[in-house]
Amino acid sequence: MATFDFSDDSVVLIIGSGAGGGTLANELCQKGIKVVVLEAGAMQSSATFINDEWKSFSQLAWLDKRTTSGTWRIAKDFAGLPTWICKTVGGTTTHWAGASLRLQDHEFRARSVYGDLKGANLLDWPITLKELEPYYAKAEYKMGVTRTNGIPGLPGNNNFKVLHAGATRLGYKEVHTGNMAINSQPRDDRGRCMQLGFCFQGCKSGAKWSTLYTEIPKAEATGNFEIRPLSHASRIEHNTSGKVTGVVYFDKDGKEQRQKARIVCVAGNSIETPRLLLLSASNMFKDGLANSSGQVGRNYMRHMTGTVYAAFKNPVHMYKGTTMAGIVRDEAGHKPSRGFVGGYELETLSLGIPFMAAFLNPGGWGSEFAWWMDHYTNLAGMWLVGEDMPRETNRVTLNTDIKDQWGNYAPNVHFDDHENDIAMRNHAFTQAERIYQAAGSIRSFRTPPYPSTHNMGTSRMSARAQDGVVNKWGQTHDIPNLFISDGSQFTTGGAENPTLTIVSLAIRQADYIARQMIERAI
Amino acid sequence: MRVISIAGQEPEPASCNEESGVVRKISLPLARREFLKGSGLLFGSLATGTLLASLAPSNAWALELKKLSTAEGQTLMAMGRVLYPHKKLPNAVYALLAKDLDAKAGSDASAATLLQEGIAGLDSLAGGAFVKASAAKKEAIVRGVEGTAFFGAVRAQCVTSIYDNDMAFAVFGYPGSAWEKGGYITRGFQDLKWLPTPSRDASPAPYMG
Repeated sequence: MATFDFSDDSVVLIIGSGAGGGTLANELCQKGIKVVVLEAGAMQSSATFINDEWKSFSQLAWLDKRTTSGTWRIAKDFAGLPTWICKTVGGTTTHWAGASLRLQDHEFRARSVYGDLKGANLLDWPITLKELEPYYAKAEYKMGVTRTNGIPGLPGNNNFKVLHAGATRLGYKEVHTGNMAINSQPRDDRGRCMQLGFCFQGCKSGAKWSTLYTEIPKAEATGNFEIRPLSHASRIEHNTSGKVTGVVYFDKDGKEQRQKARIVCVAGNSIETPRLLLLSASNMFKDGLANSSGQVGRNYMRHMTGTVYAAFKNPVHMYKGTTMAGIVRDEAGHKPSRGFVGGYELETLSLGIPFMAAFLNPGGWGSEFAWWMDHYTNLAGMWLVGEDMPRETNRVTLNTDIKDQWGNYAPNVHFDDHENDIAMRNHAFTQAERIYQAAGSIRSFRTPPYPSTHNMGTSRMSARAQDGVVNKWGQTHDIPNLFISDGSQFTTGGAENPTLTIVSLAIRQADYIARQMIERAI
Repeated sequence: MRVISIAGQEPEPASCNEESGVVRKISLPLARREFLKGSGLLFGSLATGTLLASLAPSNAWALELKKLSTAEGQTLMAMGRVLYPHKKLPNAVYALLAKDLDAKAGSDASAATLLQEGIAGLDSLAGGAFVKASAAKKEAIVRGVEGTAFFGAVRAQCVTSIYDNDMAFAVFGYPGSAWEKGGYITRGFQDLKWLPTPSRDASPAPYMG
């Protein structure tokens, strides 16, 4: 692997190695650009991943101090755990389920199409689906998304059979095993899915795309790439001209280091990215970097989510096989006659016994609860994921009462559901229950949202500088050599799982950064 | 494993009495107490003929407590059974709850106080011993302490102690780790027969080479 001097200010410095940071790094390296990636987490591999829910969680999850506030149930049930995302090389691409859907055309124009909802901070993206389409195509090819590029869909497991039977009986039309970045046949020097059922715990077969064993080794092979695991960014520094000059971080030995850079790209996922911008406040930027709009940390979105588990008279064994290879897409469009704007997807989901006990009904106990665990092998499950409303008051801020292990203020995540989110969730719960009833369920259970696995919006794109943090390239409005490269960029959330869009934006951002560098604009 | 009986006999030490046939207790440097370094002991056996008995190396189990007494451990086990009642789960699983809470009590004085006072509270509400109260009374008592810090600590511990262990997995039918067995692609990932098979469009065939 290449190694770059701390004082080498010609490098592009990327914070985070996940879907955004890892992809951006490889794309730049392929163009001959020198890249240093700082990753707070450690280096794992398919060999070190563990098929054990709690052990894996300890290995991969971001567990640094966080606090929560607001009326969301997470603040009561999981007050210190607002998200289930990762601190590891590869970021949340190690843990994700692989669902790879494009945002829909109208979702890029949410404000124009949905209108000005009271209590929501809707805004149109400064890009259209048409502009992103070539990059979606590149991302689907890069990731090996099933049902694109001639790649067959995955075979459906028992959990999918239940979803499919119920959904088709109910009249749904778009029901299949999904667009998944999981090899259905060998591809890209990786084997095909073995239906392990531990997708969330890191793919031990490597069939699921993760930057850990795709983008990062490919970047390394160019000779232009250095990754420093266990390197936790603490502050982004700038000069008197207001350009960023480098990043101060704590290295694997806990020592403070400074890496200079020509360009800094922040891809720490939607809690750490705004947090770092806020922590980097200075005399020149009193409200944090790139925050002239006041929108850094705001408009935090986590998708409307919920889960329905249903029990059947006969066994399902839903844990066998790919966790999320199953989808019903009919409710994803915008149909305001349902009582809300935006849409949602219904996707198969399964948890093992340990996580079922923790997340089925947080705080629940007694014979009712025990009944569900007793019927575990006869359960099917589906996750509901839809568009939640951006709100200025849903935001990541610095909790000045609490410091992390490095002495930096911990992030607080404040969230209150918008009434549109609640209406959508209730509709989704009802439809999911009806699907399972159509398949013969004897009981069903409405599980509340988990600690957020989809996190977006906290450094959003906007056409005008006063409405957001970055422009259509993810370049911050205020500082031309500072970029945001993760899901924080999302102006709105759409109904779809975010990873494909993050990867597509990263490929596109790499093209832009390369052009800007050649032109010496940055 | 041989269970050490707490209520022992007291044969006359170091004397020779041909008539009784009782094995002499010789005064050894180790006192009986030192076999039991802990503060309490929980023990039991897995019911013969059950799935777990067939999987376990032996039917008998024992658990030493380091901080809590035997009675306190048994009360926590009983409270665990009220919180998460599973007829199919043997006492051995609820003993894990006592074990894990005992470990917390051993390393944190305020946790020990919380648990011991909470347990004493349960006994007091039962008018004697919580473990001896009827099932209905036990549930009413537990419901009555819902919301207290003691209740919260015990309930939260149950989530991992009762459900994150091999015995619970076996009882609930969850096989656990799959990769070392090659996943489920040849082990029934789509073997469900009581619903129609989806179309090949919806669910293509698995690639088997």
